[in-house]
Amino acid sequence: MKSSVITFPGSNCDRDMDVALKKFGFKNKMVWHDDADLPKSDLVVLPGGFSYGDYLRCGSMASKSKIMQSVINFANSGGMVMGICNGFQILVETGLVPGVLLRNKYLEFICKNVFVKIKDKKNKYFKNIDNEVLEFHIAHNEGNYFCTTDQLKEIEDNNQIAINYCDEYGKVEDHFNPNGSIKNIAGIFNKDKNVLGMMPHPERMIDKSLSGEDGSLFFNNLINNLK
Amino acid sequence: MIVNEKLAIDHGLKKDEYSKICKLLSRTPNITELGIFSAMWNEHCSYKSSRLHLKKLPTKGKKVIQGPGENAGVIDIEDNDAIVFKIESHNHPSFIEPYQGAATGVGGIMRDVFTMGARPIANLNSIHFGSPQHKKTKNLLRGVVHGIGGYGNCMGVPTIAGQTSFDSSYNGNILVNAMTLGLVKKDKIFYSKAAGLNKPVIYVGSKTGRDGIHGASMASASFDDKIEEKKPTVQVGDPFTEKLLLEACLELMAGDSIIAIQDMGAAGLTSSSIEMASKGNLGIEINLNKVPCRESKMTPYEIMLSESQERMLIVLENGKEEQAKKIFDKWNLDFAVIGKTNKSKKIELYFDEEKIADIPVNTLVENSPMYDRKWKKAKLPKKNKIKKEDIKHLKIIDVLKKILAQPNICSKEWIWQQYDHTVMGDTIQKPGGDAGVIRVHGTDKAVAASVDSSAVYCWAHPLTGGKQVVCESFRNLISVGAKPVAITNCLNFGSPENEENMGEFVECVQGIGEASEYLKFPVVSGNVSFYNQTKDKGIKPTPTIGGVGLIKDYKNMITIEFKVVDNLVLVIGKTEGHIDQSLFARNILDEKNGPPPEVNLFNEKNNGETLLKLIDNKLIKSAHDVSLGGIITAVAKMCIKGGKGINLSKPKYLISEMEYFFSEDQGRYIIEIDKKDYKKVIDLLNKNAVHFDQLGTICENELYINDKTKVTIDELSTSNKSWLSNYMSK
Repeated sequence: MKSSVITFPGSNCDRDMDVALKKFGFKNKMVWHDDADLPKSDLVVLPGGFSYGDYLRCGSMASKSKIMQSVINFANSGGMVMGICNGFQILVETGLVPGVLLRNKYLEFICKNVFVKIKDKKNKYFKNIDNEVLEFHIAHNEGNYFCTTDQLKEIEDNNQIAINYCDEYGKVEDHFNPNGSIKNIAGIFNKDKNVLGMMPHPERMIDKSLSGEDGSLFFNNLINNLK
Repeated sequence: MIVNEKLAIDHGLKKDEYSKICKLLSRTPNITELGIFSAMWNEHCSYKSSRLHLKKLPTKGKKVIQGPGENAGVIDIEDNDAIVFKIESHNHPSFIEPYQGAATGVGGIMRDVFTMGARPIANLNSIHFGSPQHKKTKNLLRGVVHGIGGYGNCMGVPTIAGQTSFDSSYNGNILVNAMTLGLVKKDKIFYSKAAGLNKPVIYVGSKTGRDGIHGASMASASFDDKIEEKKPTVQVGDPFTEKLLLEACLELMAGDSIIAIQDMGAAGLTSSSIEMASKGNLGIEINLNKVPCRESKMTPYEIMLSESQERMLIVLENGKEEQAKKIFDKWNLDFAVIGKTNKSKKIELYFDEEKIADIPVNTLVENSPMYDRKWKKAKLPKKNKIKKEDIKHLKIIDVLKKILAQPNICSKEWIWQQYDHTVMGDTIQKPGGDAGVIRVHGTDKAVAASVDSSAVYCWAHPLTGGKQVVCESFRNLISVGAKPVAITNCLNFGSPENEENMGEFVECVQGIGEASEYLKFPVVSGNVSFYNQTKDKGIKPTPTIGGVGLIKDYKNMITIEFKVVDNLVLVIGKTEGHIDQSLFARNILDEKNGPPPEVNLFNEKNNGETLLKLIDNKLIKSAHDVSLGGIITAVAKMCIKGGKGINLSKPKYLISEMEYFFSEDQGRYIIEIDKKDYKKVIDLLNKNAVHFDQLGTICENELYINDKTKVTIDELSTSNKSWLSNYMSK
């Protein structure tokens, strides 16, 4: 399986993603934002970080990078595109997934482990995962997902919510919402579910010596689903 | 502008310093030259009051590759890997403008590290604020934490450990000390020593603006009522540019075109060019019209003294300019050839085709002033005798709960949750333990780091305090299973012109020197921050020690949380019941006098090394050093972290229960061991003549004392965790 990770000026989880993808069997290539063409890929990842220093709006300038036209074309033709954290912010700026990401409710950067409940398994990202709940890790300042009432209805009607913040038992309640996201949304799909944007970093959960191992479940499952 | 003595004094120079400049030049300096002298000769850059004493610190060791004098210290961690590290203060700017002050402190120390070719892999910080009741404290704390996070998070470097304290002596002078560790291959370390003639001098990074002019001079003066007027002297940081600069520099460093490289920190282009010329024993000429400027009509004086951030000066090999420029173009950074090296041994500056400065380098460096300031030796205060009736009414659990909620002890989760501590995917011990630990990427090795300071002990008796803080760093590293290798120090003091403050400095440095010599824990880098005072009142002496240690196999790392019910808990090291200057004495008995706990270097070394042997033999399940709040506070933290209880009993000593549990005697650790290993453990302890007491057995959910008094761990946890978040949300 071939993957590509895009490096924007200011990306800082690009290496971590490269390490994770390789660990689970992807042949990964790093792609520079100023390139025009994507290498042949089964998965394209927009990594976390602070592309363009978060200036203007998080993800806004990166969404206009040269490579992004190829990424958008790839996504529109059914290619798998995953945006993590800043990558999610870039995805909403391109319009590939609906909504926006506002500043965290308590106006502070949050770095900690969270639990997320898998809302939809009819997609290549979460299909065949046994768990209902995964322990992931977040590290962001602007992860407060928001969309209009109409958009929310559409997202729900199409089962586009991928994961919700919850407790370790899968209870989705306000209390377990770290950043104020509408409906505790931690990640969403596009309509066809080939594009996934999420705030949590599965690439930081691939080793029991680190924050935990549920990221390993995610990547193992992902590569098997793509085979 | 006419340069005279008055103008020199306005620049922070002393009368006799000005006449020395005129004598060295055999003429009156012009305004640009005066600016350069004032920048190089201020306390911050010249170390004129401290040099004499810093020389006495032990700086050599088998593992030391580079000691003080470079951008940062370097230690050998084997397999051709080396760790570059340093701590630096950004106190004055952080008080004036907390967000930018703290942010640029973090940015500056990271630049010091990657200037040497190392990729930063961890940040730490030690921050000290005034009394929580003081009207400025909350906003300063919030601003500093946001600033540290804002910069470090954007750079993608994890902040793995830190220290926060509150004391009214910092009401008008907060302390922000930032430390960075970087990883480099031993054969790819870069230095600031220029070499070769006619080599191009290159400017890279951000453009030069009018920010931070005289920042270093501001940091060398005391505060008065007009402090708000100093805001323009605070630099403004842009972590995004620094991230680009980091990647571009590392890309250039992968080749072989760099002869010397130096970041533009305090005193900007002035100190960086002079440093490179001085170390290389040659001259540098610069055409200031070539310096990329942010604003139009900047004068040579402003260009030379600007402290705009995210800039570097490089001496390149001839003919490599184009290749280097390509890299900086790729990262959208300025790149300009601004001058060249020559044999003049002078700094020669040109502007609009006119020579506007001509100063022999040695006048600025070797001939800079050095003072043997007067200082007063501190007396060891008399011991207090605790009266039985003072403690008779106290209930041990109530005291414990109070201490756990005390601002200097309570959980700092509110702070470190705002720092990205997991980016780079190698943080194997997060904040909240004895030290932060990061794996050396792609290997089984790990590096542990901790920052410590004990201002109260240093204030009570500087010599003992200086020793103690080095020992505490040593203990924190050992507690996570790391072999201590070397330290960096950040020496925060009041005015060197005040004999008492100078005495505190001299004796703390002496204490640090004695301990680091004895423990073979050399000082490889550091920074001095004087004039931390408002009007004529100095802060409590606060030397901060950043310690670094090595764990050969990261799987052997130790953490503080209790692991398994029925395991045994021991305390290593003797408890004498020293209460003076303890948290118990100061906060519960309201007794602020008396000597700090004695430091016995033999015991420190022996106890620490013996614990490392136990860890090597895989006999330790968890460990934690005993520091503020004594044995019971240490044990309570291990319970809280592990979600386990303990059944404690006091050994039959002459001292009282309060003294046993709350005293702050040094050289002690709490350890958890498996029952079946008991004999092996005590054999090893006895063989090494290490004193130990058996404290109790781990149980579920509750802390018992002598089977009777009890409290739930949840209750202790709430006391410990709620103070800071409540304080900040009010």
